[in-house]
Amino acid sequence: MGEMEQMKKEAEGLKTQIEAARKAVNDTDMASAAAGVAPAPRVQLKTRRTLKGHLAKIYAMHWCTDNRLMVSASQDGKLLIWDSHSGNKVNAVPLKSSWVMTCAYAPSGNLVASGGLDNMCTVYNLKTPVIKTVKELDAHAGYLSCCRFLSDNEILTASGDTTCALWDLETGKQTTVFLSHVGDCMCLALSPDNNSFISGACDSLAKLWDIRDGQCKQTFLGHTSDINAISFLPSGNAVVTGSDDCTCKMYDLRADQEVICYQDAALNSGVTSLALSMSGRLVFAGYDDFNCNIWDSLKGEKVGVLSGHDNRVSCTGVPADGMCVCTGSWDSFLKIWN
Amino acid sequence: MPVINVEELTDLDKAKMEVTQLKTEVKLERAKTSKCCEEITEYIQSGAEEDPLVKGIPEEKNPFKEKGGCVIC
Repeated sequence: MGEMEQMKKEAEGLKTQIEAARKAVNDTDMASAAAGVAPAPRVQLKTRRTLKGHLAKIYAMHWCTDNRLMVSASQDGKLLIWDSHSGNKVNAVPLKSSWVMTCAYAPSGNLVASGGLDNMCTVYNLKTPVIKTVKELDAHAGYLSCCRFLSDNEILTASGDTTCALWDLETGKQTTVFLSHVGDCMCLALSPDNNSFISGACDSLAKLWDIRDGQCKQTFLGHTSDINAISFLPSGNAVVTGSDDCTCKMYDLRADQEVICYQDAALNSGVTSLALSMSGRLVFAGYDDFNCNIWDSLKGEKVGVLSGHDNRVSCTGVPADGMCVCTGSWDSFLKIWN
Repeated sequence: MPVINVEELTDLDKAKMEVTQLKTEVKLERAKTSKCCEEITEYIQSGAEEDPLVKGIPEEKNPFKEKGGCVIC
């Protein structure tokens, strides 16, 4: 038997063992465990702000930790910083490359980052008298799909080259490369304690990584298409994913498997984005069909919908204080709902 | 840590990496889903009381309430 065949056989054997181990601990699912919980009330949120200013599709948005400012990225070639309370634009950052796919706000509020088909992550300082580019992080061999700051000194990126990377913002170099996915990485989310992160990719897998030792700790199966969105439950013990297979799933890290699936036979559009309400009770999932559906995370039932966009909802975000949800769309508008 | 050049990995390299990864994952200690779901349920329920989007926000406390006068949306 050739070495390749040997490896394949060994891999199949290990996968079968893992599947059996997961089955052995699978004595219930979330909906059954939460049967005694009162259903979440029907959620009817109103549009409180419609933020107009972008001239093309919006691809990403991210809240600042102050619960007030937010950054959005559009293929009109700009990052816009908004004051969500007033609805005013605070800053505009012109991008070298208009093919942007992601943006992020640093926890300090000092920096923002963006990236896309230029394969780079560019970091900007918002606090200098004129907004300055502080670093261009250039080492990925594919598009930048997602980025998240750990601090003003470190940023995580996810790329179409199938890797994620941790960068040192002083040197502009990669400290660690996270390699295990076999498809484009589409999204990432930091754990609440900042020691690990989770990634979703076009190989339909979600992977949990240790930030410091670079190792993939766990792999979550179940989706049948690209995972476009991912988020940690605030407790850090579970993650929620959204996929082109039209479903969202919650995976428990300690059980190492899916515990509930958010799906509806009538829904046949892919999930582009998701965000959790502050407690984790509600999942806001943006879809290709122009809507954002609201799911009761414990019961698996749809409890509301945010309708109002005239094109795909591409990004969703809830600020840390949980006071609203923001949706961004290919229709070039952002909406704030509560 | 050396920078990995993804484009230089052969199919055999990737197959070996997959086996190494699976050997790590097969050793994981897994908790019963009943216990995990119970804990998640408790965690979420305890936070849901204070979750603004679940319980609603009183008009006067809403930082996004409609501004006075004409609002052109």
